[in-house]
Amino acid sequence: MSKRLAVPKTYKLYIGGAFPRSESGRTYEVASASGAFLANAALASRKDARDAVVAARGAVSSWAGATAYNRGQVLYRVAELLEGRRAQFVDEIVQQTGATASAANAEVDEAIDRWVWYAGWCDKFGQVTGNGNPVAGPYFNISVPEPTGVVAVVAPQDSALLGLVSAVAPALVTGNTVVVVASQRFPLSAISLAEVLATSDVPRGVVNVLTGSPAEIAPWLASHPEVNAIDLVGAGAIDWIDLQVRAADTLTRVLPPEEGADAAAPSLDRIAAFTEIKTVWHPKSMV
Amino acid sequence: MTFLEYAPAPESRAILQLRDEYGLFIDGEFRAGSGASFATISPADESHIATIASADEADVDAAVAAARRAYDKVWSRMSGRDRGKYLFRIARLVQERARELAVAESLDNGKPIKESRDVDVPLVAAWFFYYAGWADKLDYAGLGAAPKALGVAGQVIPWNFPLLMLAWKIAPALAAGNTVVLKPAETTPLSALLFAEILQQADLPPGVVNIVTGAGSTGAALVRHPDVDKVAFTGSTAVGREIAKTVAGTGKKVTLELGGKAANIVFEDAPIDQAIEGIVNGIFFNQGQVCCAGSRLLVQESVHDEVVDRLKARLSTLRLGDPLDKNTDIGAINSREQLDRIRELSRIGEEEGAQRWSAECAIPDRGFWFAPTVFTGVQASHRIARDEIFGPVLSVLTFRTPAEAIAKANNTPYGLSAGIWTEKGSRILAVADRLRAGVVWANTFNRFDPSSPFGGYKESGYGREGGRHGLLAYLKAAGAPAAVRSRRGEPTRSKKADS
Repeated sequence: MSKRLAVPKTYKLYIGGAFPRSESGRTYEVASASGAFLANAALASRKDARDAVVAARGAVSSWAGATAYNRGQVLYRVAELLEGRRAQFVDEIVQQTGATASAANAEVDEAIDRWVWYAGWCDKFGQVTGNGNPVAGPYFNISVPEPTGVVAVVAPQDSALLGLVSAVAPALVTGNTVVVVASQRFPLSAISLAEVLATSDVPRGVVNVLTGSPAEIAPWLASHPEVNAIDLVGAGAIDWIDLQVRAADTLTRVLPPEEGADAAAPSLDRIAAFTEIKTVWHPKSMV
Repeated sequence: MTFLEYAPAPESRAILQLRDEYGLFIDGEFRAGSGASFATISPADESHIATIASADEADVDAAVAAARRAYDKVWSRMSGRDRGKYLFRIARLVQERARELAVAESLDNGKPIKESRDVDVPLVAAWFFYYAGWADKLDYAGLGAAPKALGVAGQVIPWNFPLLMLAWKIAPALAAGNTVVLKPAETTPLSALLFAEILQQADLPPGVVNIVTGAGSTGAALVRHPDVDKVAFTGSTAVGREIAKTVAGTGKKVTLELGGKAANIVFEDAPIDQAIEGIVNGIFFNQGQVCCAGSRLLVQESVHDEVVDRLKARLSTLRLGDPLDKNTDIGAINSREQLDRIRELSRIGEEEGAQRWSAECAIPDRGFWFAPTVFTGVQASHRIARDEIFGPVLSVLTFRTPAEAIAKANNTPYGLSAGIWTEKGSRILAVADRLRAGVVWANTFNRFDPSSPFGGYKESGYGREGGRHGLLAYLKAAGAPAAVRSRRGEPTRSKKADS
């Protein structure tokens, strides 16, 4: 009896809820820690990045306009689906990074738990970071955080799944949409996460995943006028200062690179970094 | 004499004891500057007020060094309670010398004395009073226990609210435990230098606040100084972009309050009387030289003619003239350069086909003046609907549906402020939700308060000033990682923080 022949997966991009190949037709080889061939991932181009921004921009109003309770449930649903496919994620981490099964299991655990943590913030963040203001006059005055819009993310490069989740989830909490450039070496988990997102209740365009070279793609995202903020958490090894300079042209908000295993550690600051405080005044009057 | 004619009622200048020359305020003392001195003049009659020192790069370096010493040796070691007491002292001294400061401000800036006396200076005192109380309560600011100051703050402020912008910058910085080097605008240094005297009266430790006067090059030297940890700037979007580029890779924290092109939306069910007053206040307050000015009036078509007619009638009652006259509504434009820009954009507005109307008023022979002006028939593509004019010029556009109003209001790279006029509460809240602007005034306009955060979306900058959020711009959490930067000021491309 012969061994069954496996059916390998084609890893593509995730843009606007669809899984296109790169418009450039390019791919690059993803290898295991020991150098064995794993897959040909899409090598995203400038055009792919721009398509992803268009998709993200189009998704802002509905995602930001959803109730915080609804966003919380949608994000929690993602965690449920991740849990159901955990074996696949463990497998991919082991294959790409060479981690032990127990380390990969721990990473998937943490990624799911962190996603749940952020999901729970959706309907609390506004309470914790907004407030009424006791102005010296007969006015109702309140400050609330709002999503900044489209957030581009250069995901942590040394992590297959946890870094990606740690950078993407906080941007989604308040209603931003995301274009994320995955880890160049470990891109397969990002596309599998995209499959989870595509089959959960996250609306199309809310998360868009590009695989390929951050050094090639990130400059177009940094200078794109429809990108409101860029998270350079995983850009430490490329010319991130140039990215920050490009972002300055349209006053794009910039979060700097972080190094180490704890990059993009869970924090309220990561949510707040992609929000704008809006303050509304109204007179009080008896007539 | 009709009811519109008033006898002159000038505020006396005798309260001012100005020196002929002012130096730089560094390490608690006035000292000569190394750059070429310049004159500050009254924009109302172009008369000389005083000669002002100019700080070159070495002077800026000395000021930053003084601020660093004061931070290391005094201010960062002082209890929050004592820092707060200094700020309370400053607030009281501002109140005590309020009239003097108001006269100086109107003289140097050209704004009506009723504004400097009733708005600018009272808010300056309020700003110091508000942040004074924060100094020993930083644990409650929202960053967890024992948040840390950033270090030395380099602050560059504009000429439209010289002393108020100084207060917006200095009060939260000191409350949070930072020390400061501040550069006032070239055309309006006077009130900042009087403020330096107040700091001496308050016995603030030397070096905690340093004031370096000069032109743009002085500000640029301050922004790029390697030992500055925090940059706060209020001014044009063009300069804001350059600052954002300058600090790239340095790890400096930045707050930018930049330009605006605010939509003031008037629905057909608006309280028209209040709306007219709000429109006037929105664009003619401080001669329209306000970054959050309501410079685009969006009027629902059905009430357009009524609103425009009543607006013109109201503008015809405004009195333009001597800023020191207590009856003056419209003062002088701050500088010839700014006047030229207002004239240029107004000329372009006519060329592009909008209809220009200006209030009839006698323009003084000397000084920089521009009559309140309204453009009707403005299209969204016109320069006067897109560019920040920063003058008493209102562009009127129309809309039919709330959705169109929101789309037009958001059709700008700016996002600083917006106004909504309607009696319908649910519409106010729905429209306010959809406007991409940091401050939304509903049935009011141009209100400011030290407890209320102010700042923009998009190309109007980032960070907030005022309120608890304004305090956070000068603090970091106790466990915050060291910034990726180099002490030498060379942008570091290394992966490691220089902890």
